[in-house]
Amino acid sequence: MEKQPSFEASIARLEEIARIMESGDITLEESIKLYEEGMRLAGFCGEQLKNAEEKIITLSDLTGEEG
Amino acid sequence: MECLALWQNCLSLKTRRESDGLSKYVLSVTQLNTYVKSILDADAVAANVFVSGEISNLSGHYASGHLYFSLKDEESIIKAVMFRAAASRLKFKPESGMKVLCRGRVSLFERDGQYQLYIEDMQPQGVGALSVAFEQLKEKLRKEGLFDEAYKKPLPLYPETAAVITSESGAVVKDICQIMTRRYPLCKLIICPVQVQGERAAEQMTEMLRKVNEKELADVIIIGRGGGSAEDLWAFNDERLVRTIHASKIPVISAVGHETDYTLCDFAADLRAPTPSAAAELCVPDGDALASQLLSLQRRISVAFKQGLDEKSGRIKALLALRCLGDPGYYRERRLERLELAVRELRHGYENILNMNKARYKNTLSVLESLNPFGVLRRGYAAVSKNGEQIFSVSKLHAGDFVSLRLADGVAECNITGTSKE
Repeated sequence: MEKQPSFEASIARLEEIARIMESGDITLEESIKLYEEGMRLAGFCGEQLKNAEEKIITLSDLTGEEG
Repeated sequence: MECLALWQNCLSLKTRRESDGLSKYVLSVTQLNTYVKSILDADAVAANVFVSGEISNLSGHYASGHLYFSLKDEESIIKAVMFRAAASRLKFKPESGMKVLCRGRVSLFERDGQYQLYIEDMQPQGVGALSVAFEQLKEKLRKEGLFDEAYKKPLPLYPETAAVITSESGAVVKDICQIMTRRYPLCKLIICPVQVQGERAAEQMTEMLRKVNEKELADVIIIGRGGGSAEDLWAFNDERLVRTIHASKIPVISAVGHETDYTLCDFAADLRAPTPSAAAELCVPDGDALASQLLSLQRRISVAFKQGLDEKSGRIKALLALRCLGDPGYYRERRLERLELAVRELRHGYENILNMNKARYKNTLSVLESLNPFGVLRRGYAAVSKNGEQIFSVSKLHAGDFVSLRLADGVAECNITGTSKE
């Protein structure tokens, strides 16, 4: 499975996209691409925040897996 | 050595001044006090001592902020002074009868000949020997720079994995898990169970910290435990543990006991959380705030996108408003107009030329008319010809010649009867 971008990277990219688009100094094609990317990232981040799956392990489990 | 030199210096001064020789070795009181003070000030032990005792005769000079009191134990007493700069840093209010641990230097107040303790730092003494050890180790590690701000690593903004080194049983680990998963479910939690008090606690925590670092299991570490007595928290003052925290490549948040408890781990950690619950909150961002941040980013992008579209469609509209683009017939009409104009001009020119030529023709015609010989004939003149030859002179005619007279409307045959020349 392809590795998802980290939440941090996604948020940073979203901020960058917002900045670029607000500068207004882009072509229509670029703005469409950025808009799509932004909406996709925002959706991805939102999903991650909502999906509160239990991700708690204790170290003995972990070493057990490794051993 | 310095003292000796000073001593000799004093003596020689004395000798020179009182050269009448009352006594070679008599000192003034001031000189004696200065000498004794110099001995005390030069002594390495006296320069930095830890003293524990009970406060008595406390008199605060509130105006100046200095504290004057005595320290005593069952058998002895010593005068003590704490100047304002040091006294203002105290975390507690000293009172007579209170047992305290002091750090300071021993020196002499020359005016009174009173030797006393000049206190730099003072703590209420709850745990006796432990406190002394704590203060001494703290001082040692501080001098080594283990607590320097320069070594503090920034915590990750959005940690992906947090290692929690604490006791597996008890409320602390539950609190941390609950708070962190509620606040920021993206962060994985690795519980690293250790003993947090007792003989093996420090060793286990040190080992666990090393292991998490070695295997790079997390990008932030919380180490801590719930509240307890100073003895309960003692493992968190272990020198090896403190050094391991300082050496950790992964940022460490310490969360030991209650807000008022300070351990050496707290000083060495990259961040001290007042309580374990606070550590959980400090460790991860607030998911709700993030969600609203996400929403606002989404809104900003949408608005910017729409504005971009509006601006571009506005430009298109402005372009369409130009006649040449908006009305495809525009150019054709303009060209037709020009063509028609040209045709009109052409026709006009043609007619001009035609009329001009007509006039010239008429003119020429009337000129021709005036030159027409028959015109003359019509005015009553006649042309004479003999044998078909036009006669212009009377000398060509003789009596008896037959000539033709050409008149306007016909010819008359005539017989010349005579001529006369004029």
